[in-house]
Parts: sequence; C-alpha cells; structure tokens
Amino acid sequence: MMTDDNVRAETIRNKKERRNLYRIIGSYTFIIGAAIVLFWVLCAIFGRMLVPFDPFADDMLNSLSPPSTEHWFGTDQLGRDVFSRVIAGARDILTIAPLATLISAVVGTALGLVMGYFGGVVDEVTSRIVDAVLALPTVIVALLALTALGTSIVAVLFVIGFTFAPIIARTVRASVLTERGLDYVSAAKLRRESSLYIMFVEILPNIIPPIVVETTVRLGYAIFTVATLSFIGFGIQPPSPDWGLSISTNYGLIGGGYWWTVVFDSLAIASLVIGVNLMADGIQSVLND
Amino acid sequence: MIDKRKPTLKLENLCVQYSVKGEKRQILHGVNIEIAPGEAYGIVGESGCGKSTAAYAVLRYLPRNGSVNQGRILINGQDLLGLGKAQLRELRRTSVAMVYQDPGRALNPTIRVGLQIEEVFELARIPKSEWAHRTEEVLRRVRISDPQQVMERYPHQLSGGMQQRVAIAMALASMPTLLVLDEPTTGLDATVEADILDLILQLRRDSSTSILFISHNLAVIAKMCDRVGVLYAGRLVEEGRTGDVFNSPRHPYTVGLLRCLPQRGRSKNVAPLTTIPGVLPPAGAVIPGCVFSPRCAVADEICRTIEPDIADLGNRLCKCHYPERASIMAVVEPLPPIQYRSSYDPDPALEIRHLNMTYGAETIKFKALHDVSLTLGRGETLGLVGESGSGKTTLARNILGIVKPDAGSSIRLDGKQAAAELAGRTREQVKALQIVFQNPDSALNRSHTVRHMINRTIAKLTNISKRDRERRVHELTRAVKLSDRYLDARPSQLSGGLKQRVAIARAFSGDPRIVVCDEPTSALDVSVQAAILNLLVELQNSKQVSFIFISHDLGVVRYLSDRIAVLYLGRVMEIGPAEDVFSGPHHPYTEALLSSVPSIDGKHPERVKLDGEVPSALKPPSGCVFHTRCSRKLGSICENTAPDLVALGNLHAIRCHIPAEQLPRSRGPG
Repeated sequence: MMTDDNVRAETIRNKKERRNLYRIIGSYTFIIGAAIVLFWVLCAIFGRMLVPFDPFADDMLNSLSPPSTEHWFGTDQLGRDVFSRVIAGARDILTIAPLATLISAVVGTALGLVMGYFGGVVDEVTSRIVDAVLALPTVIVALLALTALGTSIVAVLFVIGFTFAPIIARTVRASVLTERGLDYVSAAKLRRESSLYIMFVEILPNIIPPIVVETTVRLGYAIFTVATLSFIGFGIQPPSPDWGLSISTNYGLIGGGYWWTVVFDSLAIASLVIGVNLMADGIQSVLND
Repeated sequence: MIDKRKPTLKLENLCVQYSVKGEKRQILHGVNIEIAPGEAYGIVGESGCGKSTAAYAVLRYLPRNGSVNQGRILINGQDLLGLGKAQLRELRRTSVAMVYQDPGRALNPTIRVGLQIEEVFELARIPKSEWAHRTEEVLRRVRISDPQQVMERYPHQLSGGMQQRVAIAMALASMPTLLVLDEPTTGLDATVEADILDLILQLRRDSSTSILFISHNLAVIAKMCDRVGVLYAGRLVEEGRTGDVFNSPRHPYTVGLLRCLPQRGRSKNVAPLTTIPGVLPPAGAVIPGCVFSPRCAVADEICRTIEPDIADLGNRLCKCHYPERASIMAVVEPLPPIQYRSSYDPDPALEIRHLNMTYGAETIKFKALHDVSLTLGRGETLGLVGESGSGKTTLARNILGIVKPDAGSSIRLDGKQAAAELAGRTREQVKALQIVFQNPDSALNRSHTVRHMINRTIAKLTNISKRDRERRVHELTRAVKLSDRYLDARPSQLSGGLKQRVAIARAFSGDPRIVVCDEPTSALDVSVQAAILNLLVELQNSKQVSFIFISHDLGVVRYLSDRIAVLYLGRVMEIGPAEDVFSGPHHPYTEALLSSVPSIDGKHPERVKLDGEVPSALKPPSGCVFHTRCSRKLGSICENTAPDLVALGNLHAIRCHIPAEQLPRSRGPG
C-alpha cells in the first residue's frame, strides 16, 4: 500500500500563484504604465506642496505668457502658472475616477453574480435592463443626473457608476456561468450552503482575475469620462485646476496662438489614460494565459 | 518505393526539451526506437512521461517552446532535422500522417467532411476530377457505409466514432508510410473503441503502413502492436515484442503498471490492487542514478547512484540493473475471502422505484431515464455501466437531489421517502448521500485550502463543535492517507491522485451512508487509480457505506462491485450480482459490452459487434430499445413489444424476450 503520494512533483507547481504576481510586476507594459500612474498619484497627493507657484494665485500682469524658464508651461488668462496647475490638477480626477470605478465594480460584481448564479427569469429580466442601460449614451445619463441631482461630485459618481456597473456585470455574469457548471458548486449545494455563500465565498474568489482586468480597463474610461464631464461643466467646478475644466476654460484661446494653456492639460489626461491602459494590458496578458 | 532494409522510422538518441518561462526542461532523454516497414509499434506510459512529445517530434511538429536538442529522427532514411520548410511539407504530405486524440478538435468544424478530405488530394496534386471519387473510396475503406451522405455533413453532425473514422480516412488518403496514432480511442466508448481498433487492424492487413501507436492503455497496445516500448520520465525503460513484455515484464516499472490493473476474475474480496508508490518526477527534475529508483521496490544503493544502460536481454531491451529481480517482486497477499454478499436485503439503504427523468420543454422531450427501479443494500457496491448517454450520471444526480426527477418517481432512503429536491430533504438525508466526482479539478474549489474544504463540510453536515473539528479533519485526512502537510495547500499544488483523496475525504466528512462515485478514477493514471480504488474499498469496509459506482471501465467495475446494473438509453437492461453479470447468461447488450474490452493477455474472445450507433433518446426505438443494434433480434416481437425485466433467480434479472435458457451463446470473457 502506498504511504503517501510523493511531494517532489508538487514543489514546482507550488509557486504558481506567487509567480503570477511576479510576472505582472515583471512585465514591461505594466512597469511603464504603473510608473506613469504612480507619477500622477504622487502629484495628486503631494503636488500642491511641491509646485513652484500657487496654482490658484492670479497674476494679471503676467497673463498668457508663453513657456519660459520661470513659467515652464507658461501662464493662463489670469496669469496662473500652468505647470503648477497641471501638477495640482491631478488630485480631483484621481479621487473621483477610482472611486467611481470602485463603486461600479462593487455594484457590477454583485449584479453579475446574481444574474449568472440564479439564471432563468432573474437573468432574463436583469439582462434586459442592463442592455437598456448600456444603450444610453453617457452624456444623456449625465444630463438626466444633472437635472435630478444638480452639479456635484455625487452626481459624477452616480453617472459613472450607473453606466459602468452594467458593463462589469456582463463580464462577471459570463465568468459565473462557467463556474456555476463546475462540480464544486454541486458539492457546496450537497452540504446545504446558502446561495449567498456559494456566490461570494465559493465562486467570487475564482473570478477575481477577469474582474481585476475589467475594472482596470474601466478605470481608464472613468478618467476619460470624468475629464469629459468637467469639460462640459459638470462635476468639478472652478477654480479647481482640474485638467478637463482647464481645457474647457481655455480651448477658445488656441485660435489666438496660446496653445500652452490647453496642450499640457490634454497631454496630462492622455498620459494618465494610457498609463492605466498599459497596466490593464500587463495584468490581462499574465492572467489570461 | 519502400526500402525493406531501411526502417520506416528511426529515432536515434532523441532528446527533446521545452523551455518554460525561461527554464529548460528536458522531456525526452535519448530515446532510441526503430519501426520496420509494416510494423506497429506501441509506446505506453503514464501521463507526463513524454509519449505525446515523442509523437509530435516524429512529425517535427513540437510546440514553439519545444526543440530537439540532440539526436536524429530518420523517416525512410531521411533525416528530418536537416529538412527545410518546403521539404518538410513535402514529407508530411506524402510520408507521415497523424491521428489525434480528440477528432472533434482535429476536424475543421466549418468545412464539410467531403471537402476536408478533398484537400488532401488537392495537396497531393491529384486531378480535380478524381477527388470526389477518391474521397468516397477512402471513406469506404474506413467502413463508412454511406460515404455520399457523410461527405455532405459537418463534423459536429457525426458521432465521436464517425469523426475518428473520418480523421483516419484523411490520414490514409495520402497513403503515408508512417501513421502516428496519438491515443486515438481514449475519449470513445468501449464499443466504439473496439470498432475503431478493429478497423485499424484491418487497415494494417491491407497495407504496408507502419504504425506508431501511443496509448496509456496497455490492453489496447497489447491488441494492436507487434512491439512495445515502455516510456518512463522520458526514457525508454523496456522494449520488446508485445507478448514478451506483457507476459513476462522485466523492468520493475512495467511490472508495476501491469499489476495495478484490476485483473480478470479478481474482486475487492480477493485482494487489494498493487500500487506503484510515489508519483512521476516532474519534467526537468534531476534524479541521480536510475530515474525509477525512488519508486522502485527492488532498488538498492547502486540503482540510486548509477544510471543503468539499456541492456539487451535477448528477446528485449531493459534499462535496469536487476532485470532478474522483476520476477521476485512482492505480490500482494490475497485477503481471506469475505463472504459473498448478494442476498436480498429486506431493509435496503436506498430504494428507487419507477424513476423517470425528462429533460426539455413540451416541444422537445428528452427522456434520460425510463422507469428505473433499484435497491442498494447496506455496505453494498452497485456498479452502473453503459455507454455514454445511457443515463448513468443523470441517475446519480437524481439520487443526490441535484437534478429533480419527474413526478411519480420515488426515492427512499433508509425506508423513508426522500424529497425529490435537495432543498426539501432533511439534514440527515442530505448528510447520508454524498458524491465523489469524476474530475477533481472541477470538484474542488481552486481558491480554497484543503483544510477549509473539509472543515466547512464537517461544520455544515455535523454537530461537531468548532474545537473538535480540527481533530476530525486530521482523522479524515489520515483515513484517505493524505499527509497533514497538504492541509494548507490549494488544489493547484496537488497532483491528480492527491486531489481525488481530498475529494474523498470531503465526501466522507459527514459520515455518509451512501457515496456515489462518478468515474472517480477515469482522470487518473493506472498506478494512481489502483491506490484510489484500494482506498475506497478500505473506507467501505471500515465505515460500512454503500457505493454507487459509475464507470465505463468494466475491469474496475468488476473489481469493486457486488452487484451491477447495465443501463441502455435510460433503461436497466440487466441487473444482478457482479459474478453473474460477467459470467452470464448475459443480455445481448451486456455481451457486446463485455466482448469489446481489449485484454492484456492478448486472448481476445470473438467480439459481439453492435450495429450502428446509440439511437437518439429524443426518438427511442419502439419495442425493445436495443433491437436496432441487437445481434440476436428475434423478430417483430422485439420491434413492437417492450420486454420486461425477467428474473433468473439469485437477484439476476434481464430485460429481453429471449428465454433465459437460450441466452448463453458464447461465453464472454470470464
């Protein structure tokens, strides 16, 4: 009779999970993306202490001066230092966008679990509602929320949560459908686990990878959406140095040749979105194989 | 033309390595094989020993991270490794062909069968006018009776057996000198497997094609091949004529492989199965001395330090320091015979009456089970056999309450009516019925630790206090011979055998009365299978549980079962004590099933062929559902009247119109 299956074979497999983490951290795509994002996060936290000028201080005598050794990115219409404003402008967008994404991830995951696990009528009804929400353009939802809630940060969170949660829910639902058919779910039923336990303790840990990927991708979109909403005057209000807001205030000046009032804010938005997407790609390529 | 002096295939000191995430792993270590023209050569070994790598290397079709780092591959004397892309294409087009394990994936799902085969002729630059004619011809060669019709179909419209015939037809279309078959029958039912194997044997007689046959199934190799090579951890450890190697193995690994199969006529009451301790070393592991020494029963210090050469023992090659020790390897002592238990139990653990199960809505009804009545005694093992689609798994799921049977079905547990659905059952009833699933990867939650899985089950099914639960976890893991150090491991860190032990420990957590074993060893290697089967028998003896044992492997079923029920299209065709079901008189269907199992000793009884395929359960045949394939059909009575289950005494009953005394015709393997 065999005493025990030998351990030797297992030592290699042992490290698999930890290795996934190392592989994510070790991929160039992820490193570059993370470096960009980390830069903006540091700006968001410490930026206002480190910038050479007060981002809110007017200096009408120096208004609209082009980039120079003193004002690296030039000044805007009110003479405020664009460089300081770009650095400081990371704070609002990097607070609202992740928070909104987190809300949609939590709501979307819960919704997706319910849709996928219960299936049948529950799934049919919820899926149709989700389809309907997905068909609404973000701007329409934004305008509705504007009239109902007024322009506030809460409204921005609501708009993004409302439009992004269904997308995450669909991804989660698809993963749950696969998991639900596996025998460990039957085994859980055979020891009389509640549906809640099966959904959140049995199934959820196994579908974390697709949720992480989807959430990171959504974060990129959320940054874009926050910028868009503040551009159309919704959410973040002046005198915040927010990028979308700055572009909205200054884009009329491009015709006059004052490009620096807009370009640096645009680049900031673009770099942050690209950074997040690079991170998402890095995570996805490791988790998907 | 084939040069008779040159071997069709010659592998010289073939070494193959894979690079996995930067690490180099040596998979094949200097394999030497020669296949003569017209010869069939089999490679056997457990999963992970390098069988498929060898097959793919022969076609120079290794995955991108694999490479031949030493040695030569010669096909008809031509060195494969020196060939350029164009020459390689030419060689694959004309000289070698491969048949894969899963025909469903080897055929293109979007192209009609006829067109797929014609592609081969197009590549062979045969004039277009001949394609259709030749396709028909090659399909006839693989004994497809109406090729015209099959050519018009898409692969998914064919059954697994038909798909594999088409795949073989495609491989033969180019008239290769070497045909590589990689586990060609592994996913198929026993009856279909037997058909395909017969077909390959027939084709061998008609042509001079050499065959490289890869399989984990020793009996299949014994039936198909002239010579066999046993592969272990990427090394050829024994090679010789099939009969010599299987009848008097000389390498301890070969001995182990052969002994751990359930033998004919042996049951759990006679002796436990022999096992090979330990597991295959992982790819790339460096083991000093003989690679098999850590698992070998007769190894000594020399084996552990010096690697043996492959030595010529006259009628075979053997890579062992002590080939003479094979014969003295310990044989498991037979157990004192246990009283044969098949008397009628007036107080059965489980009683099923008139169980029906229909899937689907009003328009399409699919009757998976038809009026099934069974009893299961205390401590008894009931084997359920039948081809896929016969309703074995559905029946198990009905009993467990995972799937609700039709109204009117009755399931009684310990004499008490059990609700059809799990939610309606009492805690005692839920606790009493547990299952060991076929695939432990699916059955164990990959996010949870072994401790959590077992602990949680104890918590949900018993009243054991939190403090005592830990002790119970240890008791259970000890009972399934799982070391404590695995308690904090997750399934991905365990081998297949260990995972199945965890699943068994979990099933026994709540002291069940009945455990359903749904093909618990079909995903495992034979050496591991033996250990798991022994474990199940031990647990049964110590805890007096009843088993419902589902398996397509008749050898395993026979070893483990006290009684056997044979299912066909959701109906019980035969039920009785294991001995009687195997020795006869049989139902014609049972007879066909039994005769389709290849055996290692090379003695193959006259096979009772089944005509055609399992009919669709959507439209079951009238009368006796088996009449469309029955070799002993009486006439219109079989077509019009459904036979009853006729008792033959000693709890043996057969659902057939043929009177019991006329049933014994040919004796099945006994």
